[in-house]
Amino acid sequence: MAGQFSAMMDGNEAVAHVAHRFNEVIAIYPITPASPMGEHADAWAAEGLPNFWGAIPDVVEMQSEAGAAGAIHGALQAGSLATTFTASQGLLLMLPNMFKIAGELTPTVIHVAARTVATHALSIFGDHSDVMAARSTGFAMLCSNSVQEALDFAFIAQEASLRGRIPMLHFFDGFRTSHEVSKIQVPEDELFRSLINEDAIAAHRERGLSPEHPVLRGSSQNPDVFFQAREAVNPHYAAFGAVVQQVMDEYGAATGRHYSLYDYHGAPDADRVLVLMGSGAETACETVDDLNHGGQKTGVLRVRLFRPLEGAELVAALPDTVRAVAVLDRTKEPGADGEPLYKDVVTALALHRPDAMPRLAGGRFGLSSKEFTPGMVAAVFNELLSDRPRSPFTIGIHDDVSQLSLDWDENFRSDAHQGCFQALFYGLGSDGTVSANKNSIKIIGEQTDLAAQGYFVYDSKKSGAVTISHLRFGDRPIHSAYLVEDGEADFVACHQPVFLERYDMLAKAKTGATFVLNTDVPPERAWDSLPRVFQQQLIDRELKFYVIDAYRVAADSGMGKRINTIMQTCFFAISGVLPQEQAIASIKDAVEKTYGRKSRRIAAMNIEAIDNTLANLHPVEVATAVTSNMACGVKMPDEAPDFVHRVTSEIVAGRGDLIPVSLLPDDGTWPLGTAAYEKRNLALEIPVWETDICTHCGKCVFVCPHSAIRSKAFPEAALADAPATFKSIQIKGKDFPQGVHIAYQVAPEDCTGCSLCVDICPIRDKSNASRKAVNMAAQPPLRETEAANWAFFDSLPEYDHREIKLSTMKGSMLLEPHFEFSGACVGCGETPYIRLASQLFGDRMLVANATGCSSIYGGNLPTTPWRTNAEGRGPAWNNSLFEDNAEFGLGMRIAIDDQRRRARQLLDSLRDEIAPGLADEILECREEDEAGIYEQRQRVVQLRDELQGIDRPQARQLLQLAENLCHKSVWIIGGDGWAYDIGFGGLDHVLASNRNVNILVLDTEVYSNTGGQTSKATPRGAVAKFSAGGKPTPKKDLARLAMDYENVYVAHVAYGAKDTQTLNAFLEAESYPGVSLIIAYSPCIAHGVDMSLNHHQQNLAVDSGHWPLFRFDPRKGERGQNPLKLDCKPPSVPYREFVQSETRFNMLWYANPGKAEALLEEAQREVGERFHRYQQLAAMEWSPADESEQDEGAEK
Amino acid sequence: MSDLTVDYLGLSLKNPLLPSASPLSRHLDSARHLEDAGAAGIVMYSLFEEQILAEERQYERFIHNAALGHGEASSFLPDQPDYQGTLDSYLEQLQRLKENLEIPVIASLNGVTDSGWVEYGRELAGAGADALELNLYYLAADDNESAAEVEARYVEVLARLVAAVDLPIAVKLSPQFTSPVHFVRQLQQAGARGAVIFNRFYQSDINLETLQVEPSLQLSSSYESLLRVRWTAILRGSLDIDLATTGGFHEPVDVIKALLAGANAVQLCSTLLQHGPTRLQQLLAGLAEWLEREEYESVRQMQGSLSYRHAANPGEYERQNYLSVLDSFTPPPGVRY
Repeated sequence: MAGQFSAMMDGNEAVAHVAHRFNEVIAIYPITPASPMGEHADAWAAEGLPNFWGAIPDVVEMQSEAGAAGAIHGALQAGSLATTFTASQGLLLMLPNMFKIAGELTPTVIHVAARTVATHALSIFGDHSDVMAARSTGFAMLCSNSVQEALDFAFIAQEASLRGRIPMLHFFDGFRTSHEVSKIQVPEDELFRSLINEDAIAAHRERGLSPEHPVLRGSSQNPDVFFQAREAVNPHYAAFGAVVQQVMDEYGAATGRHYSLYDYHGAPDADRVLVLMGSGAETACETVDDLNHGGQKTGVLRVRLFRPLEGAELVAALPDTVRAVAVLDRTKEPGADGEPLYKDVVTALALHRPDAMPRLAGGRFGLSSKEFTPGMVAAVFNELLSDRPRSPFTIGIHDDVSQLSLDWDENFRSDAHQGCFQALFYGLGSDGTVSANKNSIKIIGEQTDLAAQGYFVYDSKKSGAVTISHLRFGDRPIHSAYLVEDGEADFVACHQPVFLERYDMLAKAKTGATFVLNTDVPPERAWDSLPRVFQQQLIDRELKFYVIDAYRVAADSGMGKRINTIMQTCFFAISGVLPQEQAIASIKDAVEKTYGRKSRRIAAMNIEAIDNTLANLHPVEVATAVTSNMACGVKMPDEAPDFVHRVTSEIVAGRGDLIPVSLLPDDGTWPLGTAAYEKRNLALEIPVWETDICTHCGKCVFVCPHSAIRSKAFPEAALADAPATFKSIQIKGKDFPQGVHIAYQVAPEDCTGCSLCVDICPIRDKSNASRKAVNMAAQPPLRETEAANWAFFDSLPEYDHREIKLSTMKGSMLLEPHFEFSGACVGCGETPYIRLASQLFGDRMLVANATGCSSIYGGNLPTTPWRTNAEGRGPAWNNSLFEDNAEFGLGMRIAIDDQRRRARQLLDSLRDEIAPGLADEILECREEDEAGIYEQRQRVVQLRDELQGIDRPQARQLLQLAENLCHKSVWIIGGDGWAYDIGFGGLDHVLASNRNVNILVLDTEVYSNTGGQTSKATPRGAVAKFSAGGKPTPKKDLARLAMDYENVYVAHVAYGAKDTQTLNAFLEAESYPGVSLIIAYSPCIAHGVDMSLNHHQQNLAVDSGHWPLFRFDPRKGERGQNPLKLDCKPPSVPYREFVQSETRFNMLWYANPGKAEALLEEAQREVGERFHRYQQLAAMEWSPADESEQDEGAEK
Repeated sequence: MSDLTVDYLGLSLKNPLLPSASPLSRHLDSARHLEDAGAAGIVMYSLFEEQILAEERQYERFIHNAALGHGEASSFLPDQPDYQGTLDSYLEQLQRLKENLEIPVIASLNGVTDSGWVEYGRELAGAGADALELNLYYLAADDNESAAEVEARYVEVLARLVAAVDLPIAVKLSPQFTSPVHFVRQLQQAGARGAVIFNRFYQSDINLETLQVEPSLQLSSSYESLLRVRWTAILRGSLDIDLATTGGFHEPVDVIKALLAGANAVQLCSTLLQHGPTRLQQLLAGLAEWLEREEYESVRQMQGSLSYRHAANPGEYERQNYLSVLDSFTPPPGVRY
């Protein structure tokens, strides 16, 4: 219709498009998968994009979702149009305010990319458990099922809310809708404006708080009137359904897209109907069409307005002929006799059609973005044929415990894809495959009349993340809210040859489809390079096969390893979706838009690469018989535990969907150390140790982000069975006797090739300065021998910890890490700190881990990097929430202290019944060093033995609690988003608690995990999301706030700048019997630096004054010494040099040099001032106040 | 007062002093101060090809990071729609200087490869530059490349630029050419209107702590001007090409010697960085005073009066007089050989 344009966008952008234009105040806070809505609004505000009324919305980032809700509550009460975006736990944090906002009949919309609420585990994926937790807030709830609806309902919700005064929760499925790129129709702003009732806005403003017409809201009411006043809102809710329908009708008339509160789709005389909300309804509609084409009589009722529920309308929307209804909820309410939508539908039918009740079934589907396919829809309809359909039921999983799941036909396909082209692309998160495919689907959507859809799936790793892009386009509208299914793809592209070994991707290909492989194997040998299953499928499905050496084409064009535009060109050239010339021109146009004047050379390289692609794309003849014996699939080592084979291995192989309920833990408890079994072979090069020049300083081990290079000391005699190439040498230094060897060994298949170990190595060959004591060498030729060496190294016994001097780098690095091979980014600046803590204290650690990067690489399935030692001891780890981590850790400490106290009491009471002196030895032991800890453990072993023989309740109790007689070290770990922002209140409380906890803040100076949003740790002048124009305010000095308590141990460290200071800080912090806070500088890819220069950046940060190194030890104060010790020299490098070396800062010079200079000047002054202040504090004479003076003061 | 005007690259300059390519032209204010202090023109800071390349690499990293993805983040740095690269900033600054200064503005191109020059040159001409200074910075460290090949490439680059850009072009030279006069003649034949002698290269240094090679920065001293004066005299003796000297001109006497040797203009950098734009005023005053005192009517009158062709004892310019100079050295007190 007129006044609209078509555009390719995802659900988040579609919603933000409306929300930005329809509001004046936008409060934001990052949370997956809703963050992009806030990012769009912030970026548009920075660009000066106005709202419908010509003003630029004020976009403000808050410290948490609770803060965002509070801010919009205030803005609304002051008469502005205000909104926010959130999901999952974020929505839960908004609940208290939502009750208030609704109670005050305040129009607003909160847009929610609906996401799973963390229970037994966190999940970033989509379901309705979050929005269902908001049912009782008084917010109306409107659900969008598709990207188009997300845009339309964002507007309808806002307009209806203004007219009806009921605030609205507008939700759509996280990821499936929020991240699906789709071709939609977007009304022009004028069209939107024509639908807005300005009087309703005026009325809202009129109700706003103002001293010109003052009122009081938020009173405190008593039993006499609260109830009645609460009931006073009823007319508004009673009228609201009609208001929403009215707005929908007006919107439909203007745009041609007509909606009802409850939209029925299917046979008018259906006997079976499915009722549901969200993207699954799209799939259900598609399936119903297919079933009805086959002669069945089925239908779908799409519930748009869930609150207030208009029961009469809902029932009226059902055909009279319906005999069976299944209600599907995308949530789980444990213990309830049905999920919320199901129960509402049952009630509505009972109230409005009591005489013709259909058979009813309630089921759960799609939790945490579980796939919901046409086969599953068909299975539910099939179940409804039964006289007594199963209820409750689940669909989409195999439940062999409660037997609730329905079986479905995995080969069922709807007819929706006739004429639809489906394509799959396997790439890496770092190779640009996703961005190229987003660009491709945009080109198709914008340059043809075809409907187009793109959806992008990532695995859970940060380094070496595998991405699968699912593209669909065709003549008919696309309603398939599920991934491309087996045997359905017209086109499969493998952008990384290593995937051939891992993913059976041709299972997705349909007969006659095309397979494109990026490989350096020449075309004539390409067939032989394929695994057996690939060859079989190429033959059986009559596939067309093409190869290209995209890395060579990229290198020849000067593009290094950037292959995305090359592979994109292959897709267009082969698929024929557009005339080849037009497609190539479009790709070039996109290159020009991306680089253009900003980088002519790179634009030229890309264009050269595009031009060179076709000549290097070769068809390969598919042989008539299978010749390969190569296997494809994940192979875990035979010695791996059964659980790893049965569960972990299946998840790694991409078959997690098939794991039945019985194999999974029921309370979220998972085994440690499984990362060691997943050999990812990411490194192109690995470090090689040179025994002749190494001084055994341990620095390479210290900096390794993935614990992939280790050192171990062992008796020379242990070398008897060593592989021939295993290297070791007599360890240097007087701390070790003759005959003790040391080995530095890399785990070749776990190393990510970051080269930081080589960078930090201080040793250079006297005759050849480029040769260090570790040097990078190609991994493939070393893989096998080094894997054998690694296995041998791993089998060597640990050196006796009592003999190791922990305060030396060499000594401490001999300790085995209890954190290894995580999925953290290549060159991660956080993990060396975690590994260090795990080395020093891992066998006695409890870890409370805030949500964020460290909880993802630390606890995201399929594998776990935290591990035990040979004795079975190791860190016990849990992630509670983002906002409560300090409190969570404090709770652990309190529990341990309490159990320890009780154990000591019991021990005291049993002293005469155990070996003489044992109780005193245990009670008096200080466990001050490794020897003390070892001895105490030995005593407790003896105690346990003796307690077994004592038949008294106290003895049995002490047996349970005896482990607490040994020291346990509580570590509270999280990022700056937690410590500086959302968790600061709790952190502050814990700082004040004087309890023995160790707090490690991994300060990347942004919210790294959600994509680099600004936190209060972000330095002035840095460009980050939510500070697209450069952060105008300074970084919060968390250390100084903590030092103010005077009884908190505080250390400010940067491991790459001064490793011994970091080591000492960890040792001191742990030994301090009160609260310790380590704030650790952690370079991150969000800084826009080459992570192989991570240490250089840390040095610059310290030398420029950005990151002063210091330690504040209250024990010194007790001894009359100044507790603060500066561990670095005054700034010696201009701050300019530091900031201009990092993209996060220097981007601003290219975008807004005047502002960049002004911010730099201010920041330069600040760092100088801060260092000066620390110098003054460190130089202060530290003496107690003179008692006589105090007395005098008191008298006065 | 003596006439200070000179001609350089077809531009009529009110005096021979030009601030050379330096950060002083990065800001309109400091450029204005230079003009107020009497600068006859201004050579803009160099548009460094190296910088453009580094910036492109950085931008690529930005784009790469912006597209790096995992499940929770499809990017890590926000888009910068107002991003403006060095070339565009340079053109903008050139336009700004042209709009606000009355003196000529000479754009400076400093490169390491032969790509991009023609395109950059055209853009600079389009933005209003009065002339171009081409600084062909290249460290010839390839054992397969002869001096003749290096020179031929320089000439070729220049010829392409001359063909493409309708502006007078001066080539800024390194002091390390085996046969400078022959080479400058080739440049002249390829279309160069002037030669600027000589570039000063910042030297890399060895950090004894890290055993790493690092860059180092050392400003010039007056002593360095003598090399320039000598070659100005020799070049002026045989070639009719505009010459500007640069590198070590700190005092009025340094400037005077250059002009006597035959320079059309003298470029200033280190002394302005050390003392600020007013230094230019002092040098100008020193020059004028000398001309008055020595009763020269104009700078033109003195220009080249001590060139190789006109010097009373031109052989001195050619003498490799190490022996006499070294023999004249007297050991400091207490030092015995």
